[in-house]
Formats: sequence, structure tokens, C-alpha cells
Amino acid sequence: MEKTYYYPEDLKKFGSVREFQPELGEKFFNYYNSVFKEGALTQREKALIALAVSHAVQCPYCIDAYTSGSIEKGATEEQMMEAVHVATAIKGGAALVHGVQMMNKAKSILM
Amino acid sequence: MTTMRSLQGQGHHLSDTFVQLDVLNNHHAGIPPFGARMEAIGLSPLKPTAIDTLQVNIGKMCNQTCKHCHVDAGPDRKEMMTREIMEHCLDILRHHAIPTVDITGGAPEMHPEFRWFVGEIRKLGKHIIDRCNLTIIRANKKYHDLPDFLARHEVGVVSSLPHYVAGRTDRQRGDGVFEASIEALTLLNRVGYGQEDSSLQLNLVYNPTGAFLPGDQQQLEADFKRILKEQYQIDFNNLYAITNMPISRFLDYLLSSGNYQAYMEKLLESFNPAAAQGLMCRNTLSVSWDGYLYDCDFNQMLDMKVNTLAGPHIKDFDLEALTDREIRIDQHCYGCTAGAGSSCGGETV
Repeated sequence: MEKTYYYPEDLKKFGSVREFQPELGEKFFNYYNSVFKEGALTQREKALIALAVSHAVQCPYCIDAYTSGSIEKGATEEQMMEAVHVATAIKGGAALVHGVQMMNKAKSILM
Repeated sequence: MTTMRSLQGQGHHLSDTFVQLDVLNNHHAGIPPFGARMEAIGLSPLKPTAIDTLQVNIGKMCNQTCKHCHVDAGPDRKEMMTREIMEHCLDILRHHAIPTVDITGGAPEMHPEFRWFVGEIRKLGKHIIDRCNLTIIRANKKYHDLPDFLARHEVGVVSSLPHYVAGRTDRQRGDGVFEASIEALTLLNRVGYGQEDSSLQLNLVYNPTGAFLPGDQQQLEADFKRILKEQYQIDFNNLYAITNMPISRFLDYLLSSGNYQAYMEKLLESFNPAAAQGLMCRNTLSVSWDGYLYDCDFNQMLDMKVNTLAGPHIKDFDLEALTDREIRIDQHCYGCTAGAGSSCGGETV
């Protein structure tokens, strides 16, 4: 077993997940590549969404890939940080909105 | 505007082209020889298709010292083409159907014979491109009339503006370059460059401000057009997205920032056979300040002279031998075959 869970060079090996299950792996990558093609959203908009999600799911591989990807697609540093703040707001907001549940429960059991 | 010294001025080991070629060939893992990739797609040996453009590098002197400059140009570089070599260029243009002359440097306008050279080329009816760094127009009073001069001679202007965000441009090209470039673009627009009803072409060059490849040229052009118009009322014709070649000062940047291996891998991963078909070295011939001939400006900076029986100097110019030559390639050529391809005119695919 490796001494650490994350190696930067493993990002380049992503495609090798096909080795243990070629059919599903192939389907995933075909889907993945289609998702990131220019569509109703531009490739840059998609890269920025991916960057935000990468932070929300705290995936270092994805942060590596979509920081480069966003810059290549022409995003500025300011736009990238705003994308990260969107992820932060949603993650923070998701925790905070459950405060309503806490309040409901508290009010139901307190005099 | 601040400037740093060229690699040559610093006595930097990378100013030696042998050292650069040694790094390109031996200092990374898992990058196959470029020649092997070309052979695999049936493009070996690589042959020219024609000579449509004579790219003339008239000197290495420049008022800027950009961090990515493949020429290693700067204020401390004194190499300049003599009038004798310029006469040789004119003679070749006079006797051969080469339609375009691409004048580059350094800042070519700093050459004392620049205006004479442009005038003589125009008399031959050739289309001229001036690779203008923009800031030269504002650098000194004697250059203030350059927009008028270029317009009068119907010279196409190609100018680097790596980003519409000032900080991004200045980090690559020097403090204050963005602001001076915007002033120069305004002056070029004023004499008709980049205007819808004008034939005066103003094309901008986008090159990545770091260790990454350019994005989609069309998308970048749309962004540049929108933002430069909205924020600065500037118009231009086309945006050329150009990949940074891993040579000279950009190679120094890649090595010192720890990005060299990853950048070479990225170029290799992005190898595009269609881009290899359209390589600019197949229809361009590059002339150095001292009159030597090269397959492209990058080979020139690596001192890889053309391989012909007739000889590599402009005095030996032999169109037949040059058209039949084998183009010299090395690891830096991966820069021109990555993604949508890269040339002095942008994407090639």
C-alpha cells in the first residue's frame, strides 16, 4: 500500500480505470468528454463550474485539472476565485440552512 | 516601464543554443523524439510546400525584455541586419514570387534602416507584415509617427497583447506595457488600422502568460474584441493564439518555475497530426540579422540553419534547393503541433 492517498502524477492515469472495467470506464469517458464540449454553455463556463465543484467535493486532482483548464479557456484569476466563492457559499449555505431544522427541533422540545 | 537584461546580457547558460538543445533532448523523461512522431504519421522527412513568406529578423534590439521572448531580445542586444543583407533580401524578393515579407525583431522599428527597407519592399509590390510590440510607438518622439508611416505603406501590423487584463500582460512583458499598448492601439485605430471600412490590418497575438496552452482562438478573439471595445474603444481584425515555444527565455521560465516536464508532457499529449500537416516552416523561410537562412524563427534562435546543398546564407539563395530541402526538426517543434497548432499567424488547424 502507498504511504499517501494522493499522488499528482496519478491524475494522468485517470484513463487507466478502464483496466478493471473497460466497458463502464469507456462509457464514463465518452460521457465526460461530451459534457465538456461547447454547448449551451461555453467551454470556459463549464471549466469554471467544474472548478467550483472541484472545491466543493475537495478533489485535488480536479482542482489541478480545472485550474489549468480554466486558465487555458481564458478565465481570469478573479473569475476563478469567484467560482470558488460560489462553491463556498453553497457549501456553507447548505450547512446553515439546516439550522432551520435545528431550530424546528429545538422549538418542538423546548418550553 | 522596467526592463531586465537578456539571457545573453546575464551570461546565462541558456543563451548558448547547444545548452538549450541539450535540455530539450536530455532533461526530461518520456518525451519521444519529435522525428519519431512525425515518422509515425508519414511526415518524415518534413518537406516544404512552397515559400510564401520571407520572415526577416532585422535585429535583436528591443525596448522590452519580455519573459517569454524566444529571441532573447532586449535593449542590451545590439545585433542588427546590415544594409548589404537587406539588399540581398530585396534582390531575392525582386526575382522570386514570394508574396509576403514578415519583418520582425526585436523591435524592428528601432532599426535605422527599417523605413527604407519597408519602402523598398513596397516598391516591389509585396505585402508587408510588421511585428510591432506596440510600446515602441510611444517609447520615443521619433517613433510617434509610426502609425502614419505604416498606414502609408499599407503595412499589416501584428502585435502581441497577451491579455486584456493589465496585470497579466505586464507580468509577461514588463510594468506599464499594457497601458502603453492600449495607447498605441488607439493611435493605430485613429489612422484606420483595424477599422471595418479600412484595408489596414491590425492583428493581435495572444500567447499564454504562463505554463499552459492557448485556448480556443475564436473564443479568445471574441473575448478580446468585446472587452477591448467596451473598456478602451479599441478595434482590431483577428486574434492569433500562439503557443509559447520551450526555448530561450520561456525555457528558462519553465525550468526555474519547475514546469518544464509537465509542459513538455502537455505538448506531447496535445500532438495533433493535422497541425503537423500545416506547420508554418513548410511555407516560410526565416532570415537572421546576419543573413543566414532558417526553416522558422524558432530554428533561427536555436541556430539550426537550413539544410541545403546550396549553403545556408542568403548569398547562396537557391529557390530550387530550398524547396527541395529537408526541414530541420527537434523537440521544440512539439510547440507548433500541439492542439489546434501554432504559427506566426496563430492556429493552423
